Amino acid sequence: MNDQVTLSPTTLSIHLTINGRDHALDIEPRVTLLDALRERLNLTGTKKGCDHGQCGACTVHVDGERVLACLTLAAQVEGRAITTIEGLADDDGTLHAVQAAFLEQDAFQCGYCTPGQIMSAVACIREGHAGSDEEIREYMAGNLCRCGAYPHIVAAVRQAAKELSA
Amino acid sequence: MRDFSYLRADTIEAARNASARPGAVLLAGGTTLVDLAKCGVAEPSTVIDISHIDGLATIDVTTDRALIGALAKMSHVADNAEVKSRFPAVSEALWQAASAQLRNMATIGGNLMQRTRCPYFRDPANYPACNKRSPGSGCSAIGGVTRGHAVLGTSEACIATYPGDLAIALVAFDAVVHLGERRLRVEDFFLAPGATAEREHDIRPGEVITAIEVPGSAAARRSTYIKVRDRQSYEFAAASAAVGLELESDGRTIRDIRVALGGVATKPWRARAVEDALKGKTLDEVTIRKACELAMEGAVDHGANHYKIALAPRVVARAILKLGETA
Repeated sequence: MNDQVTLSPTTLSIHLTINGRDHALDIEPRVTLLDALRERLNLTGTKKGCDHGQCGACTVHVDGERVLACLTLAAQVEGRAITTIEGLADDDGTLHAVQAAFLEQDAFQCGYCTPGQIMSAVACIREGHAGSDEEIREYMAGNLCRCGAYPHIVAAVRQAAKELSA
Repeated sequence: MRDFSYLRADTIEAARNASARPGAVLLAGGTTLVDLAKCGVAEPSTVIDISHIDGLATIDVTTDRALIGALAKMSHVADNAEVKSRFPAVSEALWQAASAQLRNMATIGGNLMQRTRCPYFRDPANYPACNKRSPGSGCSAIGGVTRGHAVLGTSEACIATYPGDLAIALVAFDAVVHLGERRLRVEDFFLAPGATAEREHDIRPGEVITAIEVPGSAAARRSTYIKVRDRQSYEFAAASAAVGLELESDGRTIRDIRVALGGVATKPWRARAVEDALKGKTLDEVTIRKACELAMEGAVDHGANHYKIALAPRVVARAILKLGETA
């Protein structure tokens, strides 16, 4: 691609880099990253909640920053590094500090929002926005939990932030 | 969602050329466009992805001005140290908007193009009448549930509230939007509905927002953005205020003051009557509260949004008093 625009046919052939692996896909332009992950690549850890950018259940990382997969077109993130909840633990199965903290603090009930909460929390800590409970609540506000596990979620983020800075 | 063609523009020139096509829409962060496409409100035939254009995401702050590239992310501008120190209201408006995830996606240029959250506008299946979507079809909000609707700048055609935060701070400090060569004040870029509710921005086919420029000033340096809403975070404003204050050397006489309102008007609303009433006056609570009432000159409510007429002047007063305390 150079000076001109690239016109798609009805179906796009794209490559996505997800959790360090390359995936080739033929998709319609309107397919979101969320639907590509869940329906095409069987990466169902990323959840579909509202599908309108209001609940945070579909939070993934693109080039290390947390974004909403439901409002991201799959075609748009070609060439970017995508990380989902499946890519967070070590290859040997050792959990990420945030995952371990959510278990220890019992930071969920039904668990549906949890992958999004964890992906958001990893980024929140990395951004330096987990300095106090107040700051954690503000910067985790994009992740809704209908079970109301918020106090335990804040405790888990606080614990993981402490561990990761140690 | 209706399907569309996807084009990736790698240069501004390519984006300009492509955007002149009928039915073409630019895609930057996608937080408005993809959402509205799912609602059936946006039905582009071609989506032009401009997010891969290099060099449009820079944030350059000098003593004279902040020059922010159109593709700079809201989160990056909010966290920029120079923006925080020289334009605190801009940073505060940004970090209080949306959520961390949305701020990582949404761009500064796209933010200016954000559409209203009017629930009737967003629901074409249940409410066919909307002058913003279909000119001449009527307004479902008038006579409907109006708690979130505007009280300033409305017309018989439309009472939809402008939902953004950043632009409130931008109009307070006389920011300018760069559409390539053409430049205009952000305040003039936004259009009140009048009889043409479908036209929200002074932007022409083939034009692309390239940057936003905010002039530096003493008032911008001593500024704040206060946002009052139904919940503490991740919510649109019931009423908000961007205020900047410059005092004389006596520390109590107002030399310059800037006031703009959000959450209550059909476009980012500069309250010059409040500014004029306070310039040269002493900074005291009674004077300030009296002047802030002028912010609601010409306000018209539609029942359930009446509370905004009482709320907005108090938000402005709180912002001015807060800045006064930092003297």
